[in-house]
Amino acid sequence: MIKNQARLLQGNEAVVEGAIAAGLKFFAGYPITPSTEIAEQCAAKLPAAGGTFIQMEDEIASMAAVCGASLAGAKSMTATSGPGFSLKQENLGFAVKGEIPCVVVNVQRVGPSTGMPTSPAQGDVMQARWGAHGDHEIVALCPSSVEEAFSLTVEAFNIAEEYRTPVILLMDEVIGHLREKVVLPSKEELVVKEREKPSVPQGEYKPFAMKQGNIPGVPPLAAYGEGYRFHVTGLTHGEDGFPTNNPAIAEKQLKRLNEKISSNKEALVKVEEFHLDDAEIVVFAYGATARSARKAVNDARAQGIKAGMLRPVTIWPFAEDALLKVKAKSPKAVIVAEMNLGQMVLPVKRVMGDSVPVVQVNKLAGQLIEPEEILSAVKEAI
Amino acid sequence: MALPVEKYLRVAKMPHIWCPGCGHGIVLQSIVRAIHELELDTEKTVIVSGIGCSARAPGYLNFDTLHTTHGRAIAFATGIKLAKPELNVIVITGDGDAAAIGGNHLIHAARRNLDLTVICFNNNIYGMTSGQYSPLTPQGSYATTSPYGMLENPFDLCNLVMGAGGTFAARSTTHHARQLTNIIKEAISHKGFAFVDALSQCPTYFGRRNKLRTPREMMKWFEDRAVPARNWDKMSPEEREGKFPVGVLTKTQAPELTEVYGQLIEQLQQRGGE
Repeated sequence: MIKNQARLLQGNEAVVEGAIAAGLKFFAGYPITPSTEIAEQCAAKLPAAGGTFIQMEDEIASMAAVCGASLAGAKSMTATSGPGFSLKQENLGFAVKGEIPCVVVNVQRVGPSTGMPTSPAQGDVMQARWGAHGDHEIVALCPSSVEEAFSLTVEAFNIAEEYRTPVILLMDEVIGHLREKVVLPSKEELVVKEREKPSVPQGEYKPFAMKQGNIPGVPPLAAYGEGYRFHVTGLTHGEDGFPTNNPAIAEKQLKRLNEKISSNKEALVKVEEFHLDDAEIVVFAYGATARSARKAVNDARAQGIKAGMLRPVTIWPFAEDALLKVKAKSPKAVIVAEMNLGQMVLPVKRVMGDSVPVVQVNKLAGQLIEPEEILSAVKEAI
Repeated sequence: MALPVEKYLRVAKMPHIWCPGCGHGIVLQSIVRAIHELELDTEKTVIVSGIGCSARAPGYLNFDTLHTTHGRAIAFATGIKLAKPELNVIVITGDGDAAAIGGNHLIHAARRNLDLTVICFNNNIYGMTSGQYSPLTPQGSYATTSPYGMLENPFDLCNLVMGAGGTFAARSTTHHARQLTNIIKEAISHKGFAFVDALSQCPTYFGRRNKLRTPREMMKWFEDRAVPARNWDKMSPEEREGKFPVGVLTKTQAPELTEVYGQLIEQLQQRGGE
């Protein structure tokens, strides 16, 4: 790779570039708008990179194959959109439970159901959080530029591998299909992380050990075929991986599964703070909407209004600490702009309580929220 | 041949969960015997299952094992095999798992000719959920969800696999345990997708409702109805009524997917290196 190579890339293409740079070795997918370019690019590029692409018979199977390949030691990814994301939840939950590193890209379109396949939305943020059944934590990252589609894909792999968990790259159709100039980092500049391998002798390996590993609560992961002969099941299991109905062991394991994410929020949660220092009006926006929000903040500033933006780069876990900082400064209002009827506004309201008014700017008919719409909300709130 | 049980079974995980008289233990021993006689590398063999009574078998087997979601074992196994083609990947499934919820994965794996061995513990009933009809339940048979007799036609899984382009399909029963072992050996050795329909008795949830209360009666039912594959072709439709063929039903050679993909990787990497 040429150092600091500037390229004109589409968001979906940048995801594939990022994935291959992060060491992607297996992709399984199923065609679905507006994510299909990711599968197409993987089909073209992965074999030359020593990896394998397969188009599975359905979305369920592609999520399953990704889990299988990851357990065999390959960095693995799939990509989809709304209807496919619904179908993937079954085996996404399996990946959570089996602690299988993998990356799931969801390029959001308008739903519910088939909805508007070629139009953008941000209606899956709560599904990303709670789509799989049962108590669980999830990590979801939300790029707002093509450059970020690249860098957050690398980051998604790093988190997946380090924390032994599925990571969702929650894009939207605008970012997926947007073409813009990106400067890709050189190989030397890239930080690529690998899953921690067991250091114990084969007979002593506990794939779901309570206290092991570099990150608290994350047990090292062997690969199939390395002689560890370990068991992975979707049933609640003990440290050895075998099913158990013992309530004490079940509770301990389920807590570890949740806490390996929730107690590492500081490391996991990234936000962008834009003109927040003196902001009287704070816009909370993510993904493509944050681009309009940035313009609205700049325009407001030009008109003498002290506006700022808090952009969660990590959508889940929720950026609670960053919001508490905002709350501590007692802004006049927080405006939550999103391409849905109001989903992230709920956790924002929970943090703000009664002390800071929360205003919504929503759009759900498959069109990007325009800067003027956010700007007029800013002006109204001041 | 004496079987070194501890080498292949996680004896600490016994006793198993299967009911008294269940045929699954017989199928399991045939698998273990086949692996032993083939001298498969136990560290390079992965066993994958879905959900159901059969799906508990991998927990008892001392290999890398994966107990997945309902019907999805073949799809998980596809990922394992493609990511690490040097592994022997064996899928243990049931008739509900393979033919109903996982039917799509079964036919596509057969079509792809990926080198997997799929062994269906076929007791023609959902045992784990206590006796609902499956796509393999014979017409007229009773199950909790066919209280007036099964109205639908059952699948013939070997025919289904052959129709989907599978290069190896065979059938045997728990009554024919030696034949079953030999068939599983042949299936594992086959380069390409191999399917074994292993008929197994469920006296608890199928037999009791269908006048086959004991395992003996159920295995006798297998014995009376099984016809060696070599005789099957010569039989008239009337003679075939109520019977089924056992043995290797199809065995052909075709390019195997990981080999084909491996060649593509090599080609592209050479081109890139030039």
